[in-house]
Amino acid sequence: MTLLEVREVTKKFGALVANDKVSFTVDPGTIVGLIGPNGAGKTTLFNCISGLYAISAGRIFFDGTEITGLPSFRIARLGAVRTFQVVRPLKEMTVFDNVLVGAFLQGAGNARARATAEECIRICNLTEYADKPAGDLPIGGKKRLELARALATGPKLLMLDEVMAGLTSTEVKGAMEVIHDIRRKGITLLIVEHIMEAIMPIADKVVVLDGGIKIAEGPPDRIIDDERVISAYLGTKFSRRLQARREESKHA
Amino acid sequence: MNHRALKRKDLFWLALVVLLALMPAVSAVATNTFLMHVLILILLFSAMAQTWNIIGGYGGQTSFGHSVFFGIGAYGAGMAVVTYGLSPWPGIGIGMVAAAAVAVLISYPCFKLSGHYFAIATFAIVEIFHRMFLVWYWVGGALGLDYPVVEQGLKNFMWYDTKTGYYYGALALFVLVFGIVRFLESHRFGYYLRAVREGQETAESLGVNSQAIKLTAMALSAALAAMCGAFFGQYNLRVDPSMVMSLDMSMKFVLVTILGGAGTLAGPLLGAAVLIPLQEYTRALWGGLGGGVDLIVFGVLIIIIVIKQPAGISGMVRDIAKHIERRRAAAKGGTSIDAP
Repeated sequence: MTLLEVREVTKKFGALVANDKVSFTVDPGTIVGLIGPNGAGKTTLFNCISGLYAISAGRIFFDGTEITGLPSFRIARLGAVRTFQVVRPLKEMTVFDNVLVGAFLQGAGNARARATAEECIRICNLTEYADKPAGDLPIGGKKRLELARALATGPKLLMLDEVMAGLTSTEVKGAMEVIHDIRRKGITLLIVEHIMEAIMPIADKVVVLDGGIKIAEGPPDRIIDDERVISAYLGTKFSRRLQARREESKHA
Repeated sequence: MNHRALKRKDLFWLALVVLLALMPAVSAVATNTFLMHVLILILLFSAMAQTWNIIGGYGGQTSFGHSVFFGIGAYGAGMAVVTYGLSPWPGIGIGMVAAAAVAVLISYPCFKLSGHYFAIATFAIVEIFHRMFLVWYWVGGALGLDYPVVEQGLKNFMWYDTKTGYYYGALALFVLVFGIVRFLESHRFGYYLRAVREGQETAESLGVNSQAIKLTAMALSAALAAMCGAFFGQYNLRVDPSMVMSLDMSMKFVLVTILGGAGTLAGPLLGAAVLIPLQEYTRALWGGLGGGVDLIVFGVLIIIIVIKQPAGISGMVRDIAKHIERRRAAAKGGTSIDAP
């Protein structure tokens, strides 16, 4: 049984086709990476799945129910929660209150929601900022806030839209650890990411988009050998580097 | 904010309410009719502004239509007493329900649109209701409703000898409205409401049904505003369209809250405590100059506040508290350095 199924989803903006008959599935407990060059339609696809956009054609199923055309809050209530690439803190509210809003999805009880929020803030290393207005956070903190808030909703599927973009390499490492923690909790992840070194080692499966079309789908190992992916996105040089790294780890 | 700080704040409110409840026991206050009048209006306008604060402050949806809900409440009570010779209480209940219904009907289409449509629509609705009530014979038309002399007491919510009865009525209204908002502020509904204000799409991505939240807040706000309107009618012993359903009255809901600090619990009280004495004393002193002097004073104050501190008086209070804290911390730091 699959957790998320995207079936021939098409999204048009006037004459522009941002997603053209994209299909893929996400199995429960796995990490799926969604990659592709800028303008490939990754964020658009995220917006379609999370109900922010009405899709032009196709169907989407989540956890056994069809979610095509549902408003975004209903999809979130079913357990598919996303973060935003362009961070959207609730600026005038504190970091804690931001995460608390997410935590209330698990029930109206104050004590439990506060405990959940505290835990998510700790997991995402935001404890020192908890009482600060969210608008005052540095960019790295805002990215972690996106993650903490979504995590607090207790999702089945967490959709991360470039949570590592613009972070320093130390911060990326921290974020990767957080993602591992999340997976250990049994949460399924769908991750849009540009940093290949971050996504390739942790993904069970990678879906590659280019110009709105899915050009490849498979385990990372096969993706880095795929001719179409190399020419469209990775580049020969980079692909060799990833292949070399794979060889190294095999010998080790 | 942590729990302990919240509890300390509640103690402050509790002390304030006890203090206010004891006021009429001081004979110098109880016998000063004008002072009692000012205190009653401060409590009433605090409550009114707080009802607006639910949707306008916490919810971030600027409504210029609250005089309509206020008016519906006043007419509910007024018609029960004047037209049907009943006690005002059933009229108050009907007025509250009617106001909530009107609020939902106006808001439902507007909340689907983004931008200033809601504010504009509420503006229009005041004019519509004002005109309608002016020519509507059943509700008394332009002449309005004049209260007959009936037995005084809580049953009729009317007192002639002293203002003490009205004072406690206003205090009860104040405690009720502030209590409701205090409760909402620290529970899921209040957090969701603020989340919708700060970012509707973000809130929805976290499972918040923003439309339902805004409509509920609007209905609650309108029903409580109607209750305030009923009190106003009972207090003035008359209701007419220009008195309760005017843009002037709507603006007072907005201005008192913004001056005090929108989206904060104390804001409406601070705003009313500054503006209402000003309004009443200017009226008493310069009332002969014609109507609107109080609005001129309001206007000037608002301009100053918005330039100095957009968060209103509560923002100023916060700034001062921070300043004192920093000074104290600096003083402490200084002594520790001096110590060997």
